[in-house]
Amino acid sequence: MIPSLPRPPWLRAATWIYVAAFVGFLFLPLIVVSVFAFNDAPYPAPPWHSFTLDWFVADGSTSRLGLFHDSQLLESIWTSCEVGVWVTLLSVSVGLANALLLGRHEFRGKQLLSVMMLVPLVIPGVILGISILAFASRIAQFGDDSLGLDLGFLRPGLPLVVLGQFSYIATIATLTIRARLARFDRTLEEAALNLGASRAAVFATILLPYLRPALIGTAAVAFLLSFADFNTTLMLVGGDPPLTVLMYGRMHQGATPVLNAVSVFLMIASAALALAMVRRPRD
Amino acid sequence: MTGRARPALSRRLGTWLLMAPALSWIGLLIVLPHAELAMLSLKAGSGAPQGGFSLAQYRTFFDEPEYWHTFVRTAWMSALATFLTLCFAFPVAWVIAKVAKGRAAAWLFLACMIPFWISETVRTLGWMILLRQSGVLPMLLTRIGLTAAPVELLYHDSTIMIGLIYTSMLFMIVPLVSSLQSLDDALIEAAYDLGASGPTVLRTIVIPHAAPGMTAGCIIVFMLTLGNYITPTLLGGKNSEWFTEQIYTQFITRFNWGQGAAFGFLLLALSTAMVLVGLRLSGQRFADVMGRG
Amino acid sequence: MQQADLTATSVVKRFGDHLAVDSISFEVARGSFFSILGPSGCGKTTLLRMIAGFLEPDQGEIAIGGLNMRAVPPNRRPVNMVFQQLALFPMMSVGENVAYGLARRGAGRAERAAKAAAMLERVGLAGAADKRVDQLSGGQRQRVAIARSLVLEPTLLLLDEPLGALDLKLREHMKIELKQLQAEFGTTFVYITHDQSEALVLSDRVGVMNRGRFEQIGSPQDLYYRPASAFVAGFVGDNNRIEGRAVAVDGATVTLETADGWRLHARRETAVAAGDAVEAFVRPEAATLARERAQLPPGQSVHEGVVDSLLFDGAKSAVLLRESRSRREIRIALPQTGQFADLRHGEAVFFSFDPERATCFAAAGRGGNGRG
Ligand SMILES: Nc1ncnc2c1ncn2[C@@H]1O[C@H](COP(=O)(O)OP(=O)(O)OP(=O)(O)O)[C@@H](O)[C@H]1O
Ligand SMILES: [Mg+2]
Repeated sequence: MIPSLPRPPWLRAATWIYVAAFVGFLFLPLIVVSVFAFNDAPYPAPPWHSFTLDWFVADGSTSRLGLFHDSQLLESIWTSCEVGVWVTLLSVSVGLANALLLGRHEFRGKQLLSVMMLVPLVIPGVILGISILAFASRIAQFGDDSLGLDLGFLRPGLPLVVLGQFSYIATIATLTIRARLARFDRTLEEAALNLGASRAAVFATILLPYLRPALIGTAAVAFLLSFADFNTTLMLVGGDPPLTVLMYGRMHQGATPVLNAVSVFLMIASAALALAMVRRPRD
Repeated sequence: MTGRARPALSRRLGTWLLMAPALSWIGLLIVLPHAELAMLSLKAGSGAPQGGFSLAQYRTFFDEPEYWHTFVRTAWMSALATFLTLCFAFPVAWVIAKVAKGRAAAWLFLACMIPFWISETVRTLGWMILLRQSGVLPMLLTRIGLTAAPVELLYHDSTIMIGLIYTSMLFMIVPLVSSLQSLDDALIEAAYDLGASGPTVLRTIVIPHAAPGMTAGCIIVFMLTLGNYITPTLLGGKNSEWFTEQIYTQFITRFNWGQGAAFGFLLLALSTAMVLVGLRLSGQRFADVMGRG
Repeated sequence: MQQADLTATSVVKRFGDHLAVDSISFEVARGSFFSILGPSGCGKTTLLRMIAGFLEPDQGEIAIGGLNMRAVPPNRRPVNMVFQQLALFPMMSVGENVAYGLARRGAGRAERAAKAAAMLERVGLAGAADKRVDQLSGGQRQRVAIARSLVLEPTLLLLDEPLGALDLKLREHMKIELKQLQAEFGTTFVYITHDQSEALVLSDRVGVMNRGRFEQIGSPQDLYYRPASAFVAGFVGDNNRIEGRAVAVDGATVTLETADGWRLHARRETAVAAGDAVEAFVRPEAATLARERAQLPPGQSVHEGVVDSLLFDGAKSAVLLRESRSRREIRIALPQTGQFADLRHGEAVFFSFDPERATCFAAAGRGGNGRG
């Protein structure tokens, strides 16, 4: 119970032991992954041999291929980044438009639309993936048969991956931006109008600066989610796999610690992103 | 409302312009694709575009025990994983919301979030290195003499369960913490003061108050578990028998889209049903629950 | 009268069935301080928002500086507004807040900075331009909000209960400061308040508003000494309200008798005929108190009472007593001499007042007016 009430010492001790065990459970896999990125052995398994940076820097001449020379891995990281940037741009701009629409406008069917916007969050990612795959190939087929158009981007590949990820990340973007918009004090807008600002100036000088923390936060979350997405991506991916899909494939085959090295790289990148977010002064 | 601020016409135009992205998104990426999926699943015969509608694909599902076995197993294990996640997450959420103070609480919360900023693939890799026969834990068990030789800890149902609970943890803790934080300490003190014991307070004050957060967490966790792919396939290996795997096999490996679509719909129906049951049991509205997440 | 800066003609605003502003007409002279005083929910903010352009009147016209404002959007009107919660922009510094309107007019950076700094100096905030808004005290924010509007040199400054958010001490202080600012700038102020003391202290003219209408527009003295309606008499300043029936009307003087037979005289302010239901108002300071009948001014009818309690409040001290016949509570101001400081509960006293200084109105059909 809460600290202001009497708690027997054993309960207090048990609480903290449980919390410590819990945090250990959360971090254990990450620690293990990191440690074996530096083990001088061909497989990420005990025992510990000695420290090496081979899994980052080896160039293949010693039968070991490190992350920085594994062009397949590097390419997939780049692919993931590209997809992530597109998904982020799309999600944030659509999320902003949706937030403004739901927060500021009245129209018939608003209730229905706002519920529909939440629905993608409860559709399993795999199903989002196959439904978009099926629909896109139907259109591509139609374009091919009836109009003689080659709609190649509707075949499995990165454009579809972007759309598939966007289809549910847009919901999260809408929710977070809308939540911040709901806390906006509308008299600020009236005050700006009263001081002679045009509609466009009010948007640019008052509303956008106010929403900026939410927009930046949403962008970071959207990028991370896109980078980590697997279920939807798996169904829509074509010839060039993003990192998660490539890693999955290699893990099935029992890969070398180069995957651990990629993981360490990802952890550092995520931590940097998180730190940047935390450091940013909030208002 | 700033009625005078804008003539009605340009306001309506603005509404329509803002509605365009939302309608394209919902229409082109959600509604129409699912309609297409529904048609696929009802199409008679695989591959051939001609022919009328039939329930053949769904019949196959019930005729083949392998399929519905997997389905029921997936549902059951997801429900169990959801329940266990709730049980394990609740005390931690309680500590974050009520026991730890200030910075300690913030750090603990942050510690719970960090692992989830890294992709599930990486975390699963960690579990594989820990649990497989040549892995860390079997080696430790032999070292301390509990087992004579390293045992295979992967590919068991309990391994899958651990993996599922692990990946779901964050989505349970966040809504729990936010609903527990909004509970006024004075209510707990008052209940104590009126003679309630710890468990009674939990049952009569805390859980009713936290119910919306618990529902939100359970719905999301169940949905994510049901739709999970990496964890069951990598930690369960050939024994995973997870329904998303069936969908993948039908759709991608066998290119049997009709069957895959039918499976997809069955999974969707299950997850929708569980969402509705969850909402009904806790007497809440979908928009409220999702809005808090 | 000087040229009017603001003219409202038969302005009406409805919200659904509710008539928030009911055919209001008034003028505000250039350079004057005009207050709109009324109880909560009477439509003050609605009226002000129509002047600012955030609401469209259903009927009637509003002209500012001689120009009709129909269909002029709020950002094109020569009025500025100080919002009830101030609405300072939290994402900008104090200087940026003050310069905001100048920037919208396309003024250059240097000009903006210079004007903003000069304006901040005039409101006593020299050097605060780089501070964040949340680093200021309540009174300083108030001044920033006013500076932000005045720097645009509006024809009209609208203030919606700008002191409402401040604590009591600061209110008293800002009241005086506002008055000085207005005198210094000479801008026309339209000021909303539900605090009658603010309205009386600050204004050249006050409009007393009730249920979407003006009951009376006049100088503070007019409202206080010559209220035009029972509502105004009850709302502006302290007053004892006594309702009863007119038993005789002699010229301007009405003889009122309460249901329990207490008789008193008052000056008639509206048409009253014998037998009408009426209400009379006697200000606490209009009555004289005495321990002996003979000490009261000659020629006034003498009333008897029993002391209920003594309310000591410095210069505003008063005694609450019960009129012997009707058991009504009457409040009478105590003289500064301290001669009644030793009054005891239950002591019998006498009081009288000049019928000229008591006002009498035909009772309105509606009950519960103002503070009774
Ligand atoms: N947008 C609106 N929709 C419906 N009714 C409204 C709206 N704005 C105001 N009203 C109603 O109109 C009446 C007048 O409101 P207004 O805000 O003008 O009062 P006020 O005199 O400013 O009161 P206060 O002193 O409490 O601020 C109130 O009864 C209010 O409920
Ligand atoms: Mg108001």
